[in-house]
Order: sequence, then C-alpha cells, then structure tokens
Amino acid sequence: MSYFGYVVTHLRKDLQLEWRARELINGMLFFALLVVVVFSLAFDPTAYPTMARQISGGLLWVGLLFASITALNQSWARELHNQVLDAQRLSPAPASALFLGKALANLIFVSFIELVLAPVFAIFYNLHPLGQAWLLLVILPLGTWGLTVNGTFFAALSLRTRNRELLLPLVLCPIAMPALLAMIQATTNVLTGEYEPSLWIKLLVGYDVVFTIACVLLFETVLNAGD
Amino acid sequence: MNNRSQTQRFPLWASLYLALTFAVLAIGFYEAMTAPKEATMGNLYRVFFYHFPHTILSFVFPYMNCVAALLFLYWRRRDAQRALKADAFALASAEVTVLYASVGLATGMLWGRAAWGIWWTWDARLTTYLLLWLLYVSYLLVRRLTTGDQKAVFSAVLAIFAAIDIPICFMSIRWWRTQHPAPVFGGGEDSGIDKHMLPAVFWSLAAWALWGAFVLGLRYAIERRRQRISLAENAPQISPSAAPILEVR
Repeated sequence: MSYFGYVVTHLRKDLQLEWRARELINGMLFFALLVVVVFSLAFDPTAYPTMARQISGGLLWVGLLFASITALNQSWARELHNQVLDAQRLSPAPASALFLGKALANLIFVSFIELVLAPVFAIFYNLHPLGQAWLLLVILPLGTWGLTVNGTFFAALSLRTRNRELLLPLVLCPIAMPALLAMIQATTNVLTGEYEPSLWIKLLVGYDVVFTIACVLLFETVLNAGD
Repeated sequence: MNNRSQTQRFPLWASLYLALTFAVLAIGFYEAMTAPKEATMGNLYRVFFYHFPHTILSFVFPYMNCVAALLFLYWRRRDAQRALKADAFALASAEVTVLYASVGLATGMLWGRAAWGIWWTWDARLTTYLLLWLLYVSYLLVRRLTTGDQKAVFSAVLAIFAAIDIPICFMSIRWWRTQHPAPVFGGGEDSGIDKHMLPAVFWSLAAWALWGAFVLGLRYAIERRRQRISLAENAPQISPSAAPILEVR
C-alpha cells in the first residue's frame, strides 16, 4: 500500500467510528452553540452592527478553539480501548500516516461544525460581511488545519499523561497564537472590509506548512515515547 | 553514596567564574550609573541598561533549550547518560529564559509606567515578548504536570515547537501592528544611541550574560544531582548504563 493509501485507510476508519457514534460532532456542535449564546450576553450584537463585525471573527474562532479542544482529546482516547494504539505501533504502517489520517478526520469534523456555526453566527449576530465573503472559504479551512494539526499532535503527546484534559489547552494555545492572530485578523478583515486579508492568509499558509512538517517528522518519536 | 563528597563541593573554577561575574556586574553597574544623562528622559533611561540585556538574552536561551531538546531526542535511544544531561540542560535553559523574560517584562513595565504613563500597551514588541514568556511558562508547566517517561519527550517536542514558533510570532505581530496605524507609544529603538552610552550597554550585556550562564550552570548541576539521586533510588541493582533512561517518581 502506498503512503497515501495508509492515510486514507486511517481517515476512513476515523470517519466510520464517528459516523457510528457521533459523539465528537454532537458534543462540539452543542458546545459551540453555547459559546455563541454566552458571548451574545456580553453585548447586544443586533443593536451595534459595526461592533458585531469587528469582534465576531474573534468570537467565532475562540468558540471553535474551545470546541475543538474538547473533541481532540477524545479522538485519541478512542484508540486506547482494547490497546488499539499498541496494535497500530506494531503494524508496519508508517506512524505519520496514522497521525495525518486522524488530523484530517479532525479537520473534517471541525469544518462540519463551522458549516453549521457560520450561518448561525450570521443570523444571531445579524452579520453582513462588507468584504469578499468567499474568502472565508479559504480562511476557515486554513485556520482549522492550523488548529487541528497541532491539536491532534499535542493530544497524542498528552495521551498517556495523568492530566491530559488540562495539558492540551495549556500547550496548544501558546503555540497556536500566531495562527489564531492570523485567522482572527483575516476573518475580521473580510467582515469589516477595511483591509485586504491576503497577508494573513499567506501567514496561515506558512504556519500550516511549517507545523505540518514538524508534526509529521516528530510524530514517530511521540508515538513511541512510552518505551 | 560514595561520590557524595565529590559532587557536593563547589569547584574552584566555578568560584573564580562567579568572582569574575560579580566583577563585571559591578563594572556594568558603575558604567550604567555614570553614563551621560539622556536628553529627554534624564536618569529614568538608566533602566535601559537592565532591560536591554535581559530582553536580548531571553531570545538566546530559548535556542539553547531547542538545541538541548534536539540532542535529547537524538541521544534518547543511543546514549542514556548524554540524553539525561541534555534534558537537564533543556530544563535549566528554559527556566533561565523565563527568569530573564520576567525581568525584561518587569523592567519594561516599570519603564513604560514612568515614561509613557501606562504599564502596558499592545505594541508589537511587547506582545511578541509576552508570547515568548507564555510559551516558556507553558513549557515549565508541562514539565510539572507530566511524570515518568513521557515528561522528557513531551517537553523536548514542545521545546522544538516553541523555538519554531518564536520567529513566526515575531513576524506575525510585526505585520499586525504595521498594517494598522502606527502605535501611539514606543515607535521603536531604531533611533540609535549616543556613543558615550555604548560602554555601559556592552558591560551590562556581558555582565548579565555571564550571570545567566552561571545561573544556568548551577541549575543544571542541581538537576543532574536530582537525576543521579532518583536513578540510585529507583534502580539500585542495575548498572547506570542499563538503568531506565528516564527517572520514575
């Protein structure tokens, strides 16, 4: 089987597991909706459309960050049942294919949340983007990949530690800070139409490429850290 | 332990080094206090001679940390003793990074309060620097929260990620603040410095570099001793080369 074949197999397995249980997506979706409601308590978005445009980008990404952190730990914890992870370590498949498969599965899950959440945001916050709204179709996947690639990696790293629920946000947030800045700025620029978001999109692409390479190179070390 | 008396002594060269460090610190202090008064800020600017070395050096120690982490990962399966040394060095350099970044932040805030009237502003340099501090505090927290075999690998990987993140942070925040209108405060230090102040800058930089290296070495020695004790306690029957690579609490 080619490397790509291994990645697709892992991806298909994760999608199938999620399709049967639908735990991660339901949990994330409800959590993200709650975050939207809680943020709307802080100010009245329909009464201040300009302010809503300026801060919705940040709110959307903070909601997605929280929601994905809750799901990322679970996505690896599944592999611990019946020593599945040990079986995967024994298998001749490259370790990074396992990682890429899972990161892609997480990307698909979080993108699904975004597809539901973005219209809800637009309705609840009465948003009318002033920039080129189609650019969001580029920004959202790039930003989501930035979060999920590092999130999946560090979730795997904290898998066998005692405080894994606590560790992931502590590690992921500082590392993801430049990506968060870029995605929030790009989304805000699209919503307000004041600046071109192209610079931020470039930064996101750079961030994604650099950290994808780092994760793929180091994943085997992480997977075999226990022995 | 029979090598206890040997390890507990403070070596002569370390005493000499410490004496040299204190001498250079004294010269640095003297130069900083006798440098000419600054035109607009008067004596207030002298905090610069503490602020500048600490901030510059806190961008150097993270890369020592990264190199130690890479060496640890390289030696992990090949040479257990060297891997332990690299891990101890990584811990020491991360702690010195946080120490120097904290001093840099504190002196910067004091200076900002006195010169600008506010403690903090979300200016490019300040934000980047805060992110650096956050990254290495998270590194130290990870070392606290993890135990056993995972600890050293987790922290080594995190150290590499943090070192990759620093330049990206630096660039992204520069873009963030140049795209918007120029910050009201702290337009930059590109304006240069009077050449009569240069000796004070160099002496201060040398002094705090020597001091940082001393603290790092001391912390490294303490961590090595802790590792030795923990190895001896946990695996007394096995020879050091066959002992588990990482300590178990």
